[in-house]
Amino acid sequence: MIIRGGIVYDPANGIFGEEIDLCIDRGRIVEDAKGEEIDAHDLLVMAGGVDAHSHIAGAKVNAGRIMRPDDARLGMEQATAVCRPSTGYTVPNCYAIGYRYAHLGYTTAFEAATPILESRHTHEELEEIPIIDKGALTLFGSNWEVMQCVRENDLKKLAAYVAWGLRASKGYGVKIVNPGGGEAWGFGANVKGIYDPVPNFDVTPAEIMKSLAQVNESLRLPHSIHVHFNNLGKPGNYTTAIESLDLFKDIKPSRMRQVVHVAHMQFSAYGGTSWKDFKSEAPAIADYFNKNHFCTMDIGQILFGSATTMTADAPLEYGNAHLLHTKWSNHDIELEESSGVVPLVYLRKNPVNAIQWAIGMELALLTKDPWNVILTTDHPNGSPFVNYPEVVSLLMSKVKRQEELSNIHELASKRTTLTGIEREMDWCDIAIMTRAAPAKILGLEDKGHLGVGADADVAVYDLRPEEVDPSTQHDLVKKALAVAKYTIKGGVLASRDGEIMAAPVGRTFWVDASVAKEDEERMMEDLKEKFDRYYSIKLSNYMVQDAYVPNPVVIKAGALPVEEVAP
Amino acid sequence: MSGQEMKTRVEEDVLCSFCGCLCDDLVVEIEGNKVKNVRHACRLGASKLMGHERIRTPMIRKNGKLEEVSYQEAYDRAAQILVNAKRPLLYGWASTVCEAQKKGILLTEMVGGILDSTATVCHGPSILGIEERGLSGATLGQIKNRADLIVFWGCNPAEAHPKHGLRYSTNVCGFFTPEGRKGRKVLVVDVRQTRTAKNADKFIMIATGSDFEVLSALRMFVAGKGEFVPEKVGGVPKEELFEAADMMKAAKFGAFFFGLGITHSRGRSKNVGNALALIAELNAHTKFVVMPMRGHYNVAGIGQVAAWETGFPMSIDFSRGTAYFNPGETAACDVLSREDTDAVMVVASDPASNFPRGIVENLAKVPVIQIDPYENPTTLLAEVVIPSAIAGVECEGTAYRMDGLALRMKKLVNSPHPSDEGVLNGIIESVKKLRGTEAEAKAPNEASA
Amino acid sequence: MISGRTLAQGAWCESKMCDDFTKAASLCFLSEGDFKALNLSGGRNVLVKSAYGRVVMAPRIDKGLPPGMIFMAMGPWANSLVGPDTGGCGTPQFKGIEVDLEPTDEPVMDVRSMFTNLRGAKT
Repeated sequence: MIIRGGIVYDPANGIFGEEIDLCIDRGRIVEDAKGEEIDAHDLLVMAGGVDAHSHIAGAKVNAGRIMRPDDARLGMEQATAVCRPSTGYTVPNCYAIGYRYAHLGYTTAFEAATPILESRHTHEELEEIPIIDKGALTLFGSNWEVMQCVRENDLKKLAAYVAWGLRASKGYGVKIVNPGGGEAWGFGANVKGIYDPVPNFDVTPAEIMKSLAQVNESLRLPHSIHVHFNNLGKPGNYTTAIESLDLFKDIKPSRMRQVVHVAHMQFSAYGGTSWKDFKSEAPAIADYFNKNHFCTMDIGQILFGSATTMTADAPLEYGNAHLLHTKWSNHDIELEESSGVVPLVYLRKNPVNAIQWAIGMELALLTKDPWNVILTTDHPNGSPFVNYPEVVSLLMSKVKRQEELSNIHELASKRTTLTGIEREMDWCDIAIMTRAAPAKILGLEDKGHLGVGADADVAVYDLRPEEVDPSTQHDLVKKALAVAKYTIKGGVLASRDGEIMAAPVGRTFWVDASVAKEDEERMMEDLKEKFDRYYSIKLSNYMVQDAYVPNPVVIKAGALPVEEVAP
Repeated sequence: MSGQEMKTRVEEDVLCSFCGCLCDDLVVEIEGNKVKNVRHACRLGASKLMGHERIRTPMIRKNGKLEEVSYQEAYDRAAQILVNAKRPLLYGWASTVCEAQKKGILLTEMVGGILDSTATVCHGPSILGIEERGLSGATLGQIKNRADLIVFWGCNPAEAHPKHGLRYSTNVCGFFTPEGRKGRKVLVVDVRQTRTAKNADKFIMIATGSDFEVLSALRMFVAGKGEFVPEKVGGVPKEELFEAADMMKAAKFGAFFFGLGITHSRGRSKNVGNALALIAELNAHTKFVVMPMRGHYNVAGIGQVAAWETGFPMSIDFSRGTAYFNPGETAACDVLSREDTDAVMVVASDPASNFPRGIVENLAKVPVIQIDPYENPTTLLAEVVIPSAIAGVECEGTAYRMDGLALRMKKLVNSPHPSDEGVLNGIIESVKKLRGTEAEAKAPNEASA
Repeated sequence: MISGRTLAQGAWCESKMCDDFTKAASLCFLSEGDFKALNLSGGRNVLVKSAYGRVVMAPRIDKGLPPGMIFMAMGPWANSLVGPDTGGCGTPQFKGIEVDLEPTDEPVMDVRSMFTNLRGAKT
C-alpha cells in the first residue's frame, strides 16, 4: 500500500509538514511498496493516535455500563456487514470503543488501571475491542505484598513481586493510584498526604511511590511508574503533587524516558483551601515541568457534558457521590485495591467545573515542551475520548478558547490565567501530544511515528494544513479530526470517512521482566502465606492464563542481563 | 480398557460449577474418564460434579416424538427455526461459560432476536436496583479479611450457598478477623426462620412483603430520624429495628448479603434499590458493602459479558439491528406472557420448571430448541434437543463469581459431546449457510458477482 | 406462599426427571399449627390454590415458619401458583402469593405428568 501526497507530520523523525509518500508492506512502514494506493494529496497525515491513559476495559468500566443504561442508550448504532452493534457514550460497549478510536485516527489505547486479581476480566474486554492495539497498566499502590516489601526495605523482593505481578496480570506497567489510600479505604478511611502512614501497614505513600519508582528502573520496564497522586480532586492539592514529584528527582531512568508519568494532572493542580476559594495552580505545576525533565503528564482535560468518573481512588468517588447526591458504585479488591464509579455532568455555569476546564488548558499551553504533556480526557472521567477533537481545536485556537470563556462561569477567567495565554498550538505540537509523546512515554518503539520499520498505523485527515488556519477555522479542525478520512491500522484500511471498512484483531502488549531466582523464591514464600490465609482463591487459579491474551506482544525486561547479550 | 486408562488422577484447586460462590478448592479424583470422588465440595457441588443422567444424542421431534438425529441435522433444524422466526428469544446462559455466552450474543444479533438470562427470574431486580443506586461492593476476600458484621437478608446460604460462611463470610478467619465466627456478629432478616437464621446472633422475622418498609425504617434510624419511625414496621417493634441499625453503625466493616427474598417479593427492584441506599448511607458512619447472592455459578458472567458486548446486562432486544433494553417489555417472561415471540432457544437452563405455569403454557406453543447436558422438563416441550458437554467438568472456560471475580473453569474429563460454544458455532454456521442460500435464491446475479 | 432453594432440591436440580427431584420439590411446608388445623396428618396431601392455578403437594411441618405462611422448594409445583405479571421489571413475583389450602386425597403429580398436557397441546 502507498499513501500518496499527504502532508506528513512525524515529529519523532523530524518531519514537520512535508509532502511524503508512505509505503506500507506487511503491517510496517517500508522504503518501497506496491499495491493499493491511497490518495492523500494535500491532506494532513500523522501516525495513528496513541492514548496512554484511558479506562476502556475491566471491572469498573463494566460497572459503569451496568449502572448506566441511560448512557448506553446515548450511543446506539446498528450493526453493519463489518460491525457489531454499538452502544454508549461515556461507557461504550467494547466494539464501539474500537470503532470510535478508529474514526478518530487512533490506533492504540492503554487501559489505565487494572488490579492483578481482576485482570482476567480486563483482558476479556480488551480482547473484544476491535482494531486498536492495547495494553493495561497494573495497580500496585495499595498492595499488601508491595507494602510488606517496602516496610522491610527489600527492594529486590519488591522487584520480584512487580515482575511477577505484571506476569500474573499480563500487564504492561506499574500504576499507582492514591498510594496507600486503597488500603485505608478498606475500613472507610483515606491517607491525607504522602507522609501519612497507611493504617496497620507502617509505610507511607511516599515510601510506596519511591520504592516502586526505584524498582521500575531496576527492572528496566519500558514505561515509567504511572501515578495518580494522593489528595487528587481536592482544593489545594498542587502541593501534594509537587511534594510527590520531588521524590523522584534523584532516580536515574533506565531507558530514554521519564522516571514518572503523572496521570490526569488537571485533577492535581488545584489551589485554594475549599471549593469556595478554589483556584488554579496550573502555572506552578507547568513551571515545575518546565524546569524538570524527569517527569511527564497527561492533562486529563474535562469537557462540559456527561462523564462517568471511575478510578481506583475509591474514597474520592465516595466523596463525589456524597457531594453530588448521585448514585455510587464501589468495589474493594482483597489485598490489592479499591475503586469507585460515579456518573456526573460537568456544567458550564458551575464555577468549579469551569475552573477545572481552564486548568486543563493552562497545563497544556503553559508547559513549553509538548513531549512532556500529552492529551487525554482521562476517558471517561473528564469526558469520553470521542471529544479529543474538541480539545485539539481549543489548544489550536485562542479565539475558540475566548468564546468558551465567555460562555462559562466567570470564575474561570478570574481564578486561572487562561485569558492571558496567547499560545496557539500547531500541527507539530498536536502530533507530539497525541501520538509521538504518548508512544515514547509508554516506551512503544514502533508506535507514534512513521519511520521505516514502524507499525503501519496511519491517520489521514480531510484537512489541508497548508490552507486551513486552525486559529480562526477551528470548526474545520474539529470536524476533520472527529472523522478521519482514512485510518490504517497495521497496514489495513480500518476506517474511511466514518465508515468501518475492516475490523482487524488488535494485539495486546505486556511486559515479562526477569529477576534473580533467589529474590523470586523469597517473594513466593510471602505470597504462599497470603494465598493460604488471606486471598479467597488459590494461587494456582490466580494468574491470567495465556488463553486470555491470544494476540500478545511480549516485551522483555528485567534486572538481569537479557539473553541478547549472550553470544 | 487398558490398565493405564483406569489409573486414578487427582486434580486439585478445581472450581465448582454449581452456585455463585464458585469455590476453587475442590479436590477431584478421576478414574479413567470418570469423576470418582469429590472432596471439599458441599452437597450441591459434589452432586453436580459426580454427574447425573445425560441426554445421549441430538433429537428432533417428529410426529410428537423426539427422534435421534446427527448433530448437523440438529444444527440445521435449529438454524431454520431461528431464521424463520420473527422474534426469537434466546434464553438461559447462567450455567455455562462466558465463551458460550459470547457466541450466544453473536447468534442473537444475527437472527435479530432477544437475549435474556436466568437473572431475569432471580436477581434481575437487583440489576435494576443497581441502575438506580449503584452498588457499594467488594470481593469476597475483602469481606473475609475485614468484616465484623455479616447481614443476610432474604437469603439462606445454609441451603443455597453452603460453603459461603466457611470460605467468605461468617466463619472464615482473615487478616483483621483472626477469630472467625467468634469475632463476628451475624444478623439475619427473613420472613421465616431458615437454617441460616438459626446460626445468627440476631434474627429479625419480618412480615412477608414488608422488606421495603423495614429497610426504610432502618434508613431513618441511620439518618438519625428515628422519631418518625412508627411503633411497629413489618410486624417488628421499633426498638428491635433501632438495635439492628445500631448494630450496623457500630460495625467496623459490615457486609450485607441479600437474596431472592427481596427480589421475588412485593417491591422487587424497589426493595433492592432501598437496600443499596441503606448501605450507601451507612458509609457515612462506617464501612459497609453489599452483594447479591447469585445463584448459578456463572449468572454473574452473562451480566458482565452482555454489558461489555452490548452495553446492557440482560433482556436485550436486537430486532432493530442494535441493542435495546427495557425489562418489563423485553424480559423473557414479558415476551412469553404477551405471546410476543415465535421461537425460543434455551441454553443451559430450564424455563419449563422455573417460569410461572401460565408462561410455560405459552412456551409450549412455540418451537423450542434446547441445548443442555441434562434432560429436564424443558426437554418435554422441545422441538430440537442438543446435548452438550458440561462446562467446568468436560470443558474449560470463564466464569464470574458472585462478587464479579473472573476465574477459569477446568476440564477434568473428556466428553463425547461438543461444548455449548461448539454447538452454538455449529448453529451459527448453519444460519450463515441458510442466509447464503436465501441470498442466492433472491439475487443470483449479485451473489455470483 | 413463598418458594426458594432447599438443599435437596438443589442437589437434584440437574436431574429433574428422577423421582428424587419430584420428592424434593413437591413438598409443601407449613407451620405446626396450620398443619394440625388443616388435619393433614395420616399421609393426606394438600391442595394449594392461588388466583393463577392449583397444585397438589405433600405436606410437611417446618417449625421455622410462622402461622399463615407456607414454603415450597422452587420448581414446577410452586410455579403452578405464580402469576405471569412482571410488574414492569421483567421478574414475576414468586414470593408472597396468597393461597388457599385444603386437604385432599388427590395424588401428587410426578414431573413428567406435570408436562404431559402441555406436550399434548402442542401437537
